[in-house]
Amino acid sequence: MHEASVAAGILDLVRQHVPAADALRVRAVRVRIGDMAGVVPDSVGFCFDAIVAGTEYGSAFLEIDRIPAHGVCGDCGRAAMIDSLPPFACRSCGSPFITVTAGDDLTVVDVELDEAPGGP
Amino acid sequence: MSVVTIERKVLEKNDSLAAANRDRFTRNGLLALNIVSSPGAGKTTLLEATIEHLKSRVRIGVVEGDVQTDIDAQRVARYGVPVVQIVTNGGCHLEAGLVAQAVDRLDLDAIDLLLIENVGNLVCPANFDLGEAMKVVVLSITEGADKPLKYPAMFRHASVLIINKVDLLPYVNAGIDEIEEYARQINPRLVIFKTAATTRLGIEEWCNWLTSRLTAGHA
Repeated sequence: MHEASVAAGILDLVRQHVPAADALRVRAVRVRIGDMAGVVPDSVGFCFDAIVAGTEYGSAFLEIDRIPAHGVCGDCGRAAMIDSLPPFACRSCGSPFITVTAGDDLTVVDVELDEAPGGP
Repeated sequence: MSVVTIERKVLEKNDSLAAANRDRFTRNGLLALNIVSSPGAGKTTLLEATIEHLKSRVRIGVVEGDVQTDIDAQRVARYGVPVVQIVTNGGCHLEAGLVAQAVDRLDLDAIDLLLIENVGNLVCPANFDLGEAMKVVVLSITEGADKPLKYPAMFRHASVLIINKVDLLPYVNAGIDEIEEYARQINPRLVIFKTAATTRLGIEEWCNWLTSRLTAGHA
C-alpha cells in the first residue's frame, strides 16, 4: 500500500503551496496519474481522504486525470500507444524495445480554492 | 474560485534524497544494489551466498529492510560484514531518506559493494528510487512463471533478474524458459542469472558478473 505514501506526498506539496490560513478554502487537488505509474488511482483517492481528514485541509478532495501510456519503438521508430497490460510490444513490428514517453506521470497539477469568506 | 498551479512530482522529495544518495555512493566509488523480490524468494540467502563468495576480495556493506525484526541483519552479520537494519514498522518499501540514515552508520570509504535488501514486496518498492546503481529482482521458481507479467513495473525498472531456487525445478510447474520469455517481454534488456542460493549453484557466475561491474567502474 504505497498509495498511502503517495497521498502523503500530495498533501506535502499542497501544504507547501497553500498557506495553512487558506487551508479551509481548498476544494479540489488535481493530480495526473499515468497508467504505468504503478499506483492504483482509486486507492490514492481513498488514502488522500483518510490523510486529510482531521487536518485543516479536510475539505479537499482529489481530482484524478488519468494519462494513457505511450511509447516509441526502439526498432521501427513508430510512436505507439501501449496497452496497460503486458506484453508491452510494438503493435507495428512486435519489438519489445519500447521507450515509454508518457504514462509514468505522478504529478500534482494544481489546487482549486474557494473564494475567501467576505472576499470579492 | 481561484487556482494555484503546482506542477510538481509527487515523489520529488524521495527522488531528490535518492539523487543525494547516488552522488554520495559515486563519490565513495561504491556500487549500490537495490535487491527486491516478493517475501521468501531468497534475497537474504542470496546475500549470504554472495558475501561468502566475494568477501575475501570485495569490501561489502549491507542495509537490511524489513517490516519487523532484525533477523536478517543477524544472519548477515555472521559473515563478518558491516550491516545496518532498517525496521519500517509496517512500511511496505524502503525510501531514500531511510537509506540515507542507515548508511550514515556505515563507513562508506571502507565499502566497495553496498547491498540494500528491500522489504519483501513485488509492488511498492518499484516506485521508490534509493540512489542505487541498479535494481536486482529475485524471482524464485516456486512463485510461478507469470510473475513478470503480473508485476511488470518491478521487472521494467530492474537491470538484473535472478531466477532462484532452480534446484526445485523437478517439483514445480514453472519452467525457466517460460520465466525468461515473460521477463524479456517486459524488459528485453534484463541480465539474467539462474541460481539455487542454498546450494550455491550459479552463485559463481553471478559473482563474476558483479565483480566485472565493480572493476568496470560502474559509474
